Order: sequence, then C-alpha cells, then structure tokens
Amino acid sequence: MRTLLDLKTGEKAIVKKITGYSLIHRRLLDMGIVSGTCVQLVKSAPLGDPLEFKIKGYHLSLRKSEASTVEIM
Amino acid sequence: MKWEYMSNKIKVALAGNPNSGKTTLFNALTGSRQHVGNYPGVTVERKETKCKYNGIEITVVDLPGIYSLTPYSIEELVARNFIFQEKPDVIIDVIDSSNLERNLYLAIQFIELDVPLLLVFNMIDEAISKGYHIDIKLLSRLLNTPVVTTVASKGEGIDDIFKTVVALAGNRNQASSSIIKYGKEIDSQINILSDYLLNKNIMNGKYAFKWLAIKLLEEDSEIIQEINKNCDNSEEILSLSSKCRDYLQSFFGEKPERIIGDKRYGFINGLCKETVYLAQEDRISTSEKIDSVLTNRILGIPIFILFMWIVFQLTFTLGNPPMRLIEFCIGSLGRFIAFFMNDGILRSLIVDGVIGGVGGVLVFLPNILLLFLALAVLEDTGYMARVAFIVDKLMHFIGLHGKSFIPLLIGFGCSVPAILGTRTIENRKDRIITILVVPFMSCGARLPVYTLLIGAFFSSAVAGNVLFSIYITGFLLAILMAGIFKKFLFPGESTPFVMELPPYRIPTLKSVIIHMWEHTWLYLQKAGTILLSLSILIWFLTNFPQNITYSKDYENNIKSARENFVINMEPLAQKLNVSIEDIDKNEDIKKIIENLKTLKQSEDAVKQGELLKYQYGELYNLSVNYMELQNYIAGQMEEKQREKLGVSYAGRMGKVLEPFISPLGFDWKIGVALFSGFAAKEVIVSTLGTIYSLEEADENSISLREALKKDKIFSPLVAYTLMIFILIYSPCIATIVVVWKETNSYFWPLFMIFYTICLAWILAFFIYQGGRLLGLN
Ligand SMILES: Nc1nc2c(ncn2[C@@H]2O[C@H](COP(=O)(O)OP(=O)(O)O)[C@@H](O)[C@H]2O)c(=O)[nH]1
Ligand SMILES: [Mg+2]
Repeated sequence: MRTLLDLKTGEKAIVKKITGYSLIHRRLLDMGIVSGTCVQLVKSAPLGDPLEFKIKGYHLSLRKSEASTVEIM
Repeated sequence: MKWEYMSNKIKVALAGNPNSGKTTLFNALTGSRQHVGNYPGVTVERKETKCKYNGIEITVVDLPGIYSLTPYSIEELVARNFIFQEKPDVIIDVIDSSNLERNLYLAIQFIELDVPLLLVFNMIDEAISKGYHIDIKLLSRLLNTPVVTTVASKGEGIDDIFKTVVALAGNRNQASSSIIKYGKEIDSQINILSDYLLNKNIMNGKYAFKWLAIKLLEEDSEIIQEINKNCDNSEEILSLSSKCRDYLQSFFGEKPERIIGDKRYGFINGLCKETVYLAQEDRISTSEKIDSVLTNRILGIPIFILFMWIVFQLTFTLGNPPMRLIEFCIGSLGRFIAFFMNDGILRSLIVDGVIGGVGGVLVFLPNILLLFLALAVLEDTGYMARVAFIVDKLMHFIGLHGKSFIPLLIGFGCSVPAILGTRTIENRKDRIITILVVPFMSCGARLPVYTLLIGAFFSSAVAGNVLFSIYITGFLLAILMAGIFKKFLFPGESTPFVMELPPYRIPTLKSVIIHMWEHTWLYLQKAGTILLSLSILIWFLTNFPQNITYSKDYENNIKSARENFVINMEPLAQKLNVSIEDIDKNEDIKKIIENLKTLKQSEDAVKQGELLKYQYGELYNLSVNYMELQNYIAGQMEEKQREKLGVSYAGRMGKVLEPFISPLGFDWKIGVALFSGFAAKEVIVSTLGTIYSLEEADENSISLREALKKDKIFSPLVAYTLMIFILIYSPCIATIVVVWKETNSYFWPLFMIFYTICLAWILAFFIYQGGRLLGLN
C-alpha cells in the first residue's frame, strides 16, 4: 500500500482513498483530497515535517502522520 | 412587491474560504477599515458595518473563513451558526477565482441551503495571471446562481455586487439546490429523508429540508444534537436516517459522508471542465519560486530567524528617536502647565496624575506602532503561514501546534488579539495550552517598563542584549510550560496539522496601514480611557490622606538649619562681599559646588579638593557649608515625602505586600506599582511616575529615570529581577477577561493568574538571591 509519504519531492500521484474516519479525515476530504485527485509533493519543511503538497491548484501542508493516512495509486 | 422591500433594510453576510478576500471586500463595500491579512483565519470575530446604497441601508457582516459547512474549527461553527440563526437576507460567498475547485466546494453547500446567494468571483486578476479563463456566464447558468466578478483589492466590481444584492433581497425565493446531483443512489436516499422531514415540518423549516437530509446522511454531530434537543420525534428521524445510511454504506462499501464529499468534488470537477480553460498547466508561479527560497531546507530556518531579528531591531532601534521627541514634548507640556498654575491639589492632579500617567504611556507609541507594522507586513505577505509550516515540528515537539506560533507571535504585540487568534487552533486542548502560555510572550505594554528600567540601570551598549534576554526568557518559559501542561494537564493525542499555504502577495500600503492603525488605535483608546482613570486613581491613592501628622517637624528643621547657616556664615560672607540672601545666585559658588559634586565621583578627589581650596580660599569654605545646607534640605524633603507616601493609601497597600516581595529585593513602592500593573502593564510606568514625582524636592521635574537611579532600593540586579517578575506575573485584566470568555470557564483565568504569580515569584527569587550570592548587587 502506497501513501503520500512514499512520494519523492516533485512527484505526483493520484489519490486512491483516505484510510480512517475521524474528524481529521473529514477535514482532508473537505480540503479536496478525494479519490481521483492529483497530488504533488512540493517539499518538506526545513525540519523534515510537515510536508507541503500541491492539490487542485493550491498548496496544503500536512504532517507526516496525516499524510500517511492517504493512500495513493 | 419589490419597491416595498427596497425601502427596507438588508442584511448581508460575507462568507467564504479563509483568505479569499472577504475582509478586503468588506472594506471596499463599506468603506470601513477592517484588518486584512494574508493568513488563513485572520478574521476571528465577525465584524458588522452599515452602509448605504441608493437609499437602502445595507448591513454587511464579515464572517470568519470556512472551508465547509461541516464545522471543524470554532470559526466554522461561528460562521455556520450566524447563517442559520440570524438568517441574513443575502449571503455573499466570496470565492478565490484562482483556487476555484476548493472554493466551489463551499459554494455548492451554500446553494443547497436554498437561501438568496450571490457568488462573488474575487481575485479574478490572479486567476487570469495564472492562466485561467472562466466562462462566468455559463457557470452562473449551470449553478442557477448569480455570479459577479471582482478585484476587491482594487475596488473593481463593487457596484455590481450592490446591484445584485438589492435585486436578490427583493426576490427571496431562490431555490437552486436541485442543480447539484449526487447520483441516483444518494439522491434517492436524500429524497426519502427530505420528504419525511418536509411532511413533519421539522424545526419549522429552519434548515432547508434537502440540506438537513444531506447533513443527516453525513452524520453531522451538531445537527443531530439539535434534533435531539428540539424534536419530539427525534428517535424516529434518526432511525430513518441511519436506515438510509446503512443502505448507502452497503451499496458503496464506504461511509456515506465520504461518498457525498467525493461526489461534490466530482460535480465541481465536471463543472470546471465545462467552464474553465487553463492556458498553460503546471507553470511555476512567482509565489512558488519565492517559497522555494523562504522555506528552503537549508535557508528556511536562517531566513526565519533573520526575519524575527529584523522585526525586533526595527521595533526597538527605529522607535527610539521619535520616543525621545514625544518624551520631550510631554515634559514641556507638564512644565508649561506647572508654570501657569498655582501650586496645589489641582496642579498636582493635572501635572503628576494626568500628564505624568498618560504621557508616560504615550511615549511608547512609536515602538508599538513599529511592532504592529512588522506583524502586519509578515501577515499580509503570507509569510505567517510559512512560519507555522517551518516551526510546526518544534512546536509539535513541545506539545503545541504550528498554528500556535502565530498567536504567540502576535502575543508580542498584545495578548488579547493573540488569544482571539487561537481560535484557528481546532483542538481545544491545544488551544487552552496556547492561551495559557501566550502571556509569556512579552506584550507591547510591558515594553515601556523595560525601556524605563533598562534606560535607567544599564548602559546603552548592553541595553539591546538585556531586552533580548527578557524576551527570550519569556519564550523559553512558554515552551517549558507548554510542555509541562501538555504532559500533566492534557495527556494524550495531539492535533493534526492541516493548513493551507496561501500564495505570497505584495501587501497593499492601505491594508498594512489599516492593520497597524487598528491595533494602535486600540492602544490609544486604552491610554485615553482605562489608563487615564487609573492614573487619576493612583494619583489619589498616593496623595491621600492629606492631613498627616509627621513624626518630625521637617519644615521647622529646615527653617532652623537655614537660620543657623545665616548666623554662622554672615561674617564670612560679608568679608567676601557676598550677599547671604542671594547666595544661590552667586556664580562662583555655583561653580565650586558643581565642581565638588563631580569630584566625589573621581578617583583623586582629595587632591583635587585641595586644589580647589587653594584656588578659591575662603570662598571655598562658604561653598562647602552652603552645599551641606542644600543637601540637608533635600534630605529632609525627601524624608518627608517618603513619610507622606508611606501613610498614603497606596503606601499602606504596598506595605502589606512588602513582606512577600522583599525576598525579591522589592520594596513597598514597587509593590504598589506591581499591584497597579494588574490593571494594565503600562500602568506600572505611570504609577512609578506618580510615586516618584512626589519625591522630587524641587519644582523642576527631573525625568523618572533619574528619580529611579537616585532611589537606593534599585540596583541593576533589582531592576532585572523586576523586569523578569513583570514579564511573568499575572496578565492584565483585559487578557483575563478574554481568557474567561474564550474558554467559557472561570477556572482557566483564575488558574492563569495563580500559576503565573507563583512562577514569577520563584524565578525572581532565584535571580535576585542568586545574583546577590554572586555579588552582583
Ligand atoms: N490580487 C488580488 N489580491 C486580493 C484581492 N482581494 C484580496 N486580495 C488579497 O488577498 C489577501 C487576503 O485577503 P483578506 O481580505 O484578508 O481575506 P479573508 O481571509 O477572506 O478575509 C490580502 O493580502 C488581500 O490584499 C483581489 O481581488 N486580487
Ligand atoms: Mg478576513
């Protein structure tokens, strides 16, 4: 199972699904992380965490712990 | 009838994603000056202003930014509740056109509400420069909702908004919710539920039934709670909705809310394919280029530290010259008034109480203005969000959240907006921890106290370092206490970090100035109202009671000392041809006394004294005697004032406090000042001003700094201890009130007062006693 954590800097992938059903996962969905969406890892923060993704034309930052709940194809 | 409505009032709510330009639009619509920021979640409280258009009174409400109508943070709850409870006549959904898909996600939820809705496609300029071409007409038709395009920052399209709003308000039955399709399966379940809700007229149609049905399918906890509270047949409703949910769950093999979300974005995707053309995909924008430097792996942190350093330097060095100027002006005003008024209670009230108190605070206006300027620029450019991004790992390490950093940073300006700013932190535990440590970020109001004490007791070479060390102490304490609170008060899971990084924008001069002015104005108002009344109160406490029986007859002592001097020195004066009555006007004697005073400090005082004696002969003897008389009089006056202050109300209060604070090297006068600082930190300066102006032996007011230097209780060590104590001890009343309101409990504000005072005492104790052991006193 590949997740957003497996992306290399600059790499893109298509979201498969979000694993988990807590409020945070609901939030990820509201922010546009839905199946079929293209996500690109832009960079990681200077200290390694959080990560910055580009999605639906805007930039979103997630901690590694959240990014690992997003499965990609 | 339309014209009838026209004569009425219209209430308009501005909603939309954070950072879509709502506040900018609000300002453009109302001509008002709200604070605009390029940081997600800057509008933390809704703001309301009235304006007129063609004779119609339009009330515009600026709501906090939201991403969805499913509340996740408090801001989203505030916005949603406003829309449902106050039922604005028109909702304006402000959309960032350069970020269309995510912004439309909220828009279609508004459409489902079946309320008069206007979609404002703002930032159309940015969309164009990004290469988007949006077919607005088609989009408006497909959504069955009016659309207006604007560039809020340039005021373009404002008139169109007014026109459409007025038209919409006159025609309230806009219903376009049927436009949005979720596919056969979901739509059928929505229909079953909404038909049922319609039949039973649940909550009298407070919510559009279709929307309510969708929320039930999504298992929205707020809505379920409300149904439980307000509907007799809540069990029936909820069992029907869970049946529908189960059906969808088994059909899709996934939770309905997930499918609904997917479908919404699917719908939007289809919509955009039809109406949006992107000229060139994957172009790297200027903002992204800037960001690749500013949040660079290697450069990111040094740049961040550099920026913070610049902020401090700007605030504290650039602010100094204007500060001196204001100080001079206020001093002159005091002397001017003193010159024209007779000595007495009224003059004392005006000069010492009012001008001394309020003036002492106004002096720091330049520093505060500059600090707010720096924060405004950081915020408006979009760098603030990067700060959260860069420091999140550190903050996470101490149990906080990257988003806590911004309130902490704002805390350097003032704790009140900082605590309001914690609303962007979704998790209550994280929020409370942040609130509890915000006051350690030394606020602008404490700066005057530091500046005063540092100016008096430290050389200008080390002043900057001393000040920096205090700020750093506060910062480290915040980190330490946050870690402790996290561990002992709120053990457990930490909050996730999901934050938008808005594009960098060049802040407009107007917005920066408005931002800066808004905060400064609050500060000035505080100086004008609270501080003025407190200054007068403190003046009263330090000046009354008036009829005091002194332990000694100071006046008589002085008088007889004078007489003795005249009797003893008369012959000598005559011999030297000096008039003993006008001895204070004698230039030679003045010069000798001045020389003698400077002599005391130099090393070979004795030798130089001999030299003077030789030079002036008997005139020297007369001068020495006269100087001794002067010193005696000054000493008696000082002793008298001290006695007077000691029995004043303030003095009695301070003396009660003294046993508690004497281990810290403080006396009762500092106690009085600290007590007054509970009202507002800058009051400490004005209190000291009032206390020390009492001690002045002569009429020519010397500056407070000099007065402090003369007081034997003070030393650099005591001054430093005092600054640390002031840094930590109880936040001011305004902060306490905000904490009380924001946490909705009495416990947290009281806890805050208690623990900060304890902490301040302990730390001050170690610094003072430690310093004494090291022989620093
Ligand atoms: N280029 C451009 N920038 C805008 C426009 N409207 C607002 N802005 C900028 O967008 C940023 C966020 O605006 P703000 O009103 O604080 O957004 P809010 O969070 O929705 O209240 C500010 O820096 C504004 O100057 C616009 O139409 N075009
Ligand atoms: Mg705003």
